[in-house]
Amino acid sequence: MTSKPFIVALVGNPNAGKSTLFNALSGLRQHVGNFPGVTVEMKKGHFTHGGRRIELIDLPGTYSLAARSPDEMVAVDLLLGRRAEEPAPDAILSVVDASNLERHLYLTSQLLDLGKPVILAVNMIDLAAKQGLAIDFDVLRREIGLAVVAIQANRSQGLVELRAALSEAEIAPRIMMPAAVETAVRELAGLLPKGTPDFLARRMLFDIGGSAEREAVAKLGESFAQRLKELRQVLAEAGCAVPGIEAKTRYAHIRGITAKAIRRPAVRPRTATDRLDRILTHRVWGTLLFLAAMFLVFQSIFVAANPLMDLIDHGTKWCSNRVESNMEPGPFRSLLAEGMIAGVGGVIKFLPQILILFAAIAVLEDCGYMARAAFLMDRVMSRCGLSGKSFIPMLSSVACAVPGIMATRVIENRRDRFATIMVAPLMSCSARLPVYGLLIAAFLTEGRPFWVPGLTLFAMYMLGFIVAPIVALLLRKTLLRGERSLFVMELPAYKVPSLQNVLRRVVDAGWAFLRRAGTLILMSMVLVWALLYFPTRGPDAESFPERIEAAKQKADAAESEETKEEAELESKKLTAKWKENSYLGRTGIALEPVFEPLGWDWKLGMAALASFPAREVIVGTLGIIYEQGDVDAGDDEQSKNLGNTIRDDWAANGNRARYSVPTALSVMVFFALCCQCASTLAVIRRETKSWWWPAFTFFYMTALAYVGAFAVFQLGRIVVGNG
Amino acid sequence: MPSLCDLRPGQRAVVLAVAGEAPLIQRLSEFGVFEGETLELLAFAPMGDPLEIRIGETRLSLRLREAECVSVELL
Repeated sequence: MTSKPFIVALVGNPNAGKSTLFNALSGLRQHVGNFPGVTVEMKKGHFTHGGRRIELIDLPGTYSLAARSPDEMVAVDLLLGRRAEEPAPDAILSVVDASNLERHLYLTSQLLDLGKPVILAVNMIDLAAKQGLAIDFDVLRREIGLAVVAIQANRSQGLVELRAALSEAEIAPRIMMPAAVETAVRELAGLLPKGTPDFLARRMLFDIGGSAEREAVAKLGESFAQRLKELRQVLAEAGCAVPGIEAKTRYAHIRGITAKAIRRPAVRPRTATDRLDRILTHRVWGTLLFLAAMFLVFQSIFVAANPLMDLIDHGTKWCSNRVESNMEPGPFRSLLAEGMIAGVGGVIKFLPQILILFAAIAVLEDCGYMARAAFLMDRVMSRCGLSGKSFIPMLSSVACAVPGIMATRVIENRRDRFATIMVAPLMSCSARLPVYGLLIAAFLTEGRPFWVPGLTLFAMYMLGFIVAPIVALLLRKTLLRGERSLFVMELPAYKVPSLQNVLRRVVDAGWAFLRRAGTLILMSMVLVWALLYFPTRGPDAESFPERIEAAKQKADAAESEETKEEAELESKKLTAKWKENSYLGRTGIALEPVFEPLGWDWKLGMAALASFPAREVIVGTLGIIYEQGDVDAGDDEQSKNLGNTIRDDWAANGNRARYSVPTALSVMVFFALCCQCASTLAVIRRETKSWWWPAFTFFYMTALAYVGAFAVFQLGRIVVGNG
Repeated sequence: MPSLCDLRPGQRAVVLAVAGEAPLIQRLSEFGVFEGETLELLAFAPMGDPLEIRIGETRLSLRLREAECVSVELL
């Protein structure tokens, strides 16, 4: 019985069923590994076999070990044992798809170059059987020189043999390249510092401009780069030009193996995938079905999530009320009820949307349709500086940017992914609706043609849809400048999505969101609460909360309707005065000159400031400032009253009365373009693993919002002035 | 010299050469797209870009800009 754990690295193409296998082997005993400096996630898990602890590490799906980016190089370094945080794996588990053995074995053959023990797990044997392929595993074992186990991971078949075979992993001989190539590799290895694995010398030679080459040139200088170039020239002249020679040699060798081990039917049968794709990638039908599918996903988020979100809202309010009725009035009660519970409730409210969206995305990806969606949308997305795979994250962001940004993980290219993350918050999310609703109802409904409200709402959405591609293109030309990414993308065979996989991803996503966004949101809500609560004493040194409580009690004890109303009005007036006097209120008043060019007064400014952590807060804050008490954003009746109050308030002020519509529009445009969502910023930080990107998003969007609101107001003023 | 872009859906062809940037050549060769290999053009996307081919058992999607780099001979 050995106490040292046996470490196994799982390597395989995307869609080989590697994750399914990982989950089947480690069950719930898994967690996400921490790898600084890279944005890919690698899961680690373990199980026990024969008294020994076997540790698994699930490397990201890849087609080859030719690393071109830090993210890709991490896997190579890990396999070579060159990562500080990870010991070298004791064995490598190569997972391949039985129905496409030839291509999958390409990666396996590269793994042999590492000189480490490898076990081959041939997965999806059911699919191979369906296609009439007969694989002789004994022949395969003999020809490759590795332990080979046939499995079907989604049914947990073959796992017993696999677990037993892990400790029997062997080092098989690697595929020999033509003599000229081997000579060049030997010479290159001689130029490298002692102890550098031969594997890296190979990668430097084959991967022109790849990570291995770049790292070596950075360390060894121009003379090394020059020698590398000369060696490649020699190979080209010998008819063994890189990179092509690697693939040609490997595939020739692999075909030698598969010719002996696999018996194919004489005529290639039409697979289910062939039949489905004739419709799903069809120019007309494919597009129509795609639009229908997207609409379904979108609707399910809005329709299915809403009742759940209302439920959570009620739950939050119930908790708040219980706290208020059971505690003495004072800062702690307010902090708990209005700061923390409201804060936590505000975060949890997103959960249904996130879970539903992630379930939809997990299903689409698992069944293989996601790649078709990217295929259909790539042209449109490319014109906007994004990629086909950006479409679904962008669409999701119309409901809520938080899951939308989390969904950008499907985009492999780092620059494309970051560009998508940067512009996703511009898609008008559902939290902006209360503000649009309020202002459109107040200023753009009565006395106007029937199509004005609808058109305005549509215009607000279009604003996001138009600005996003422009910003994306700008980013691609400046911060995210770089070579156009390769699109070469596999369209995997369709398969029935695995419920286990989908559930696991949904739970992971939901949990990650709650943990991260929860902390940041909570902190910012507490901060906003504090800024609105303190100071509690007015200029006359009387405590506001105490006076408000007194007024409320007077209202409760009132005997006549009149007295009650009077007392309630007094409590509302006091609340408004208190907020005006608070730090946030004073900031709003002090910043009035900043808001003036947008046509706003300090009340609007203060409400806007208060809604930076979460934009829905604006309706409630406006309610308090305009002495309506706390207005529920979802309550149409209360909203309408608030709208009327604002309108009357503005009508009383000469200047604002004239320009009420431009002012309302400028508020809406500001909200359309500004990033007032701490959850979004938290998720951006998590997905980009840096503080810089969320900070940049915040600043550029706020600047954009200010300029947009300014332009709309001033333009509107001119139009109204002349009209 | 005809490239992948010049094929019609359903046509099969042999790859004569793959030109272009090293990353593209390497990526294509990893999937088995290099001189002497046979492939089939399956479909074009709604706006004519990208296109889809079958190489061996793999369905691959390529932008026109990438497909142009693959010169072929119709079978």
